[in-house]
Amino acid sequence: MDIHTKSLAEQAELLQQRKVSSVELCQHYLDRIDRLDSQFNSLITVDAERALAAAKRSDEKLAKDEGGPLEGLPLIHKDIFCTDGVLTTCGSRMLENFTAPYDATVVQRLQNQGMVMLAKANMDEFAMGSSNENSYFGNVINPWKVGTVPGGSSGGSAAAVAARLAPVATGTDTGGSIRQPAAFCGLSGIKPSYGRVSRYGMIAFASSLDQAGPFATTAKDCAMMLQAMAGFDERDSTSSDEAVPSYTAGLDQSLEGLKIGVPSEYFAEGLDPLVAKAVEQAIEEFRQAGAHIKSVSLPNQGLCIPAYYVVAPAEASSNLSRFDGVRFGHRCDNPVDLEDLYKRSRAEGFGDEVKRRILIGAYTLSAGFYDAYYLKALQVRRLISDDFQKAFNDVDVILGPTTPTAAFALGDKKDDPVSMYLNDLYTVSANLSGLPAMSIPCGFADGLPVGLQLVTNHFEEARLLQVAHQYQQITDWHTRAPEGLD
Amino acid sequence: MALKEQDIKDIAHLARLGLDESAQAPLAADLSTVLELVEQMNSVNTDGVEPMAHPGNAVLRLRDDTVTEPNQRDKLQEVAPATEDGYFLVPRVIE
Repeated sequence: MDIHTKSLAEQAELLQQRKVSSVELCQHYLDRIDRLDSQFNSLITVDAERALAAAKRSDEKLAKDEGGPLEGLPLIHKDIFCTDGVLTTCGSRMLENFTAPYDATVVQRLQNQGMVMLAKANMDEFAMGSSNENSYFGNVINPWKVGTVPGGSSGGSAAAVAARLAPVATGTDTGGSIRQPAAFCGLSGIKPSYGRVSRYGMIAFASSLDQAGPFATTAKDCAMMLQAMAGFDERDSTSSDEAVPSYTAGLDQSLEGLKIGVPSEYFAEGLDPLVAKAVEQAIEEFRQAGAHIKSVSLPNQGLCIPAYYVVAPAEASSNLSRFDGVRFGHRCDNPVDLEDLYKRSRAEGFGDEVKRRILIGAYTLSAGFYDAYYLKALQVRRLISDDFQKAFNDVDVILGPTTPTAAFALGDKKDDPVSMYLNDLYTVSANLSGLPAMSIPCGFADGLPVGLQLVTNHFEEARLLQVAHQYQQITDWHTRAPEGLD
Repeated sequence: MALKEQDIKDIAHLARLGLDESAQAPLAADLSTVLELVEQMNSVNTDGVEPMAHPGNAVLRLRDDTVTEPNQRDKLQEVAPATEDGYFLVPRVIE
């Protein structure tokens, strides 16, 4: 069976026509996981029994012509989403034995649509990282090349879909953690507008930046997934009540007359020439498809990483204070007093990068430094956000590379936090501004996939998906898969 | 700003994070490099710029003051490291 070479939308059709059952489909993927994942380490927990029971229920529904378009389709969740009764580790020793007592809203919604969870994906600890080298459960290998990172923090989700261990997976994106691994693994991935998808039950890293979104092989599959994930949730205090439009209805609109902005700042120092070449080729294809290409400027682009590495650690240090060894998570042996309990439980439970960020956050928020770092970063954040609004006065979409290079080698940047952070050069601005952004494959650099990033204004996901889908009608980069994984 | 080992010790205490003595020097070096990166923000004048804590400038929503959560104490405490009679146990705080 080669059903794993088909997109989610194609598999949905086969299920609806009863040409394949959900049990057969899920079993096929579970067999692939069993056979292939030891090469990639993309998954932390696989629950075959639970998956097959859910698939059976879907088949019963499908037999009665019940269920929506996602009924019976398999997926993998990033291990940051709480799943009732299933281990939820967040890639950390802190939560090594944590079985969540409830479902995240994202998990609940996709389950309500009849999707079947096969497994929980490996990730950088507490979503902090750009290479998946910060997981307590070990590195993830990029299916495109042995010895190469899949990106992070949703590296397991991306590697799993790239290896066709599931048609789609969920991820979260705080500074690029969906788009960067999507770029490195040759996938389509979307980070929606801030507030579009509920954060309830999604273990918090930086609450003003975190958003959940899907990984898939096509933009159309992303649209189907986002349709189910998006919408108001009273359990998330920053959830938006903006109406959710149809993300699939407008996919077939042409690119004729679309105004695409290309920021010169995205093609400056640090960009790999092979990545630049692939992105320039994509721009030419958009032009030939009838889009108008305009140069735009995001003058404060260079300050995105500095501002991000104040805001994100500050929020993280505050969010991660909940891990105290008292109510859940790791607890040290034989604490002598309360302070010892806190300090040793956290020292033992957290890895190096998490510790670094907690310390940076605690420092920048501390008395005497707050104005110079945190307040300053929030002001710079405003300037960055204003730059985008100015650009969107003239154009519909902003386009550029997702990352400065294609996937790098394991160990390459592990000991140099700053060089690792610079990998998020083009992605963090969408989080700081709360804008929807997407990465789609647009070529190769030395055999490794290159990602094209598209950004639109707030709550314009439908347009983002349409532009990506139209690009995928005139190119076939998204159909490429790593070889040797039949 | 270059951090010293003593700074690391002080911040770690604020964050209630235990650190080995041997970890302090490398952390001081790492964090100093990060702060150096972050301080590039000083290249732009932000006088009078309204800070942006949150995208969309949303105002926190209020809900009706009604009971919405069922009592799930036992289920929620199943994941706790130590409990007794519905309480979370910690080392003795008051002698």
